[in-house]
Amino acid sequence: MKKLLEKLVASIFTVSGLLTSIVILLIVGFLFSEGAGLFRNRIIDPGYVLAVNKSNPVRELSPEQIKAIFDSDLVDWAEVGGDSGPIVPFRLEDADRYFSEAQLGPNYEHAGRLIAELIERTPGIVAFVPGQMLPPDAEIAFIEDRTISFSEIFAGKEWFPTATPSPLFGIVPLVTGTLWVSFFAILFAFPFGIGVSVYLSEIASERTRQLLRPVIELLNGIPSVVYGFFGLVVIVPLLQRVFGLPVGESGLAGSIVLAIMALPTIIAVAEDAMHNCPRAMREASLALGATQWQTIYRVVIPYSISGIASGVVLGIGRAVGETMAVLMVTGNAAVIPTSILEPLRTIPATIAAELGEAPAGGAHYESLFLLGIVLFFITLAINLGVEAISSKSRS
Amino acid sequence: MEKILIRDVNFWYGDFHALKNVSLGIEEREVVAFIGPSGCGKSTLLRLLNRMNDLIPATRLTGEILLDGRDIYDRQEDVDRLRKEVGMVFQRPNPFPKSIFDNVAYGLRVNGIRDKEFIAHRVEETLRGAALWDEVKDKLKASAFALSGGQQQRLCIARAMAVAPSVLLMDEPASALDPISTAKIEELIRELRREVTIVIVTHNMQQAARVSDRTAFFYMGEMVEYGLTKLIFTDPLKEATQNYITGRFG
Repeated sequence: MKKLLEKLVASIFTVSGLLTSIVILLIVGFLFSEGAGLFRNRIIDPGYVLAVNKSNPVRELSPEQIKAIFDSDLVDWAEVGGDSGPIVPFRLEDADRYFSEAQLGPNYEHAGRLIAELIERTPGIVAFVPGQMLPPDAEIAFIEDRTISFSEIFAGKEWFPTATPSPLFGIVPLVTGTLWVSFFAILFAFPFGIGVSVYLSEIASERTRQLLRPVIELLNGIPSVVYGFFGLVVIVPLLQRVFGLPVGESGLAGSIVLAIMALPTIIAVAEDAMHNCPRAMREASLALGATQWQTIYRVVIPYSISGIASGVVLGIGRAVGETMAVLMVTGNAAVIPTSILEPLRTIPATIAAELGEAPAGGAHYESLFLLGIVLFFITLAINLGVEAISSKSRS
Repeated sequence: MEKILIRDVNFWYGDFHALKNVSLGIEEREVVAFIGPSGCGKSTLLRLLNRMNDLIPATRLTGEILLDGRDIYDRQEDVDRLRKEVGMVFQRPNPFPKSIFDNVAYGLRVNGIRDKEFIAHRVEETLRGAALWDEVKDKLKASAFALSGGQQQRLCIARAMAVAPSVLLMDEPASALDPISTAKIEELIRELRREVTIVIVTHNMQQAARVSDRTAFFYMGEMVEYGLTKLIFTDPLKEATQNYITGRFG
């Protein structure tokens, strides 16, 4: 009877362990299958074509060029490898400007033929229209529609997933934004974190330590949206005034908020490591006539350096993955940051902000999953780093 | 004049009266052993000699401890300088997580010595003095943790000797070591006595008999008997001493 019960309990644990592992693997698998879908998408919106005049030699345009053309930033065909001449971008909405309502017909039934004729007689035109609309016998050429390339995503410098006719999925600004904010956050958090750890572990009396440690650990429990709110109300206006910025929402604001959020982790781990430095080690140093400070920086810190490093890397991990607070204070401009005082945007903030407006299954939606994968690999690398550092200290 | 003079010392850890009216004098270049059962106060007294007990909160001391006639608990006393004069070797080998060379050089460096040549010379000299040079001369850059326990303890002795102290305190220096390493440490103590005054706390009575000139026997915070080691071990005055050294308690 007892044996049976034990077997039952054991099998329940086995099953729950298995189930958890499977669920986690499924989530990762889901992330990858959704994210990989982006590479099957074409550069031009589905159902649409980019039609040009037959005489135009240009048959290939990159998504960046297409966007620039329709934003009127590119105005001459010579700039994209064609014969010199003005580019005339045409969208379906522009039909009203070229043709009267009577010509188009009450239900736009003549629009296809009219646009085809317009393309045939305008050498500089590039028309963004539904492919089905154009008559099959029209004497026109098309810009080649190919799948989005690897380098357009991973080396692309523009993130503009809602652009038509050709969305841009360059993740470079988001990755640099994330790393930029995290780097500065650690830059701020490191000296304070180490300072507080040294104080708590080496200088504060046992009573102060018992009092302060829970307070610092409490900081870990504050929801990140509260930090974000604090940042928005206090830090953002402060930065705006101090640096005379047009907007206070900036990478710096994000870094400061993240630094505050990473501090408890850094302090807790580093302080633990320093506190675990054996008393024998300190006494050996003091017995040789070293002062307290010499003992701290020549013995205690070198002894606990791997613990300190783990704390810092864990803090970075927190900063890299943080979403809400960063979303609230960084200004969310998806541009490659040149200064920490400019608005920027991180990967998690992008996912959180855009998932709601991205239709499920579309390219935009899949690109957000791809961002998730990138974030997954960044944090994986960080965790492996922690593992490597702490296993090095154990040996 | 005695090298160290302990006069009417009482010491408390909080409410616990750890040392009661202890007085004794230690001559220069003598080896003095403190023996007694656990908790008798012998380590406490040893750690008072380089003010190591300052690190423990809520302690109190009355009486005087004089080093070369100077009260080391005087307000004017520079504790870091005192600890340079009074070196210490601990119960367990406690090398720093640094190279062998850096361990020995540590005391010199924290005392502001920058001269590389002098440091290298001094490191070799003290490692030779600790009978460790031949074993480590080819791996001075290796981590001190790579050494055996006995070697580590001799390294710690070298480290303490590098700053040229005039007194060396040893807190059961061989209790964590095997018999062969212990024999080497004892031999080293006999060598070092030519340079420094040595105070050694030990549980091992044979060790006390082998290495020391004088022995003090402590019991329950009091110094029961103090005298020439020969006499203490052959003809003690007090019955408690007799009982302890013959192994009737302790």
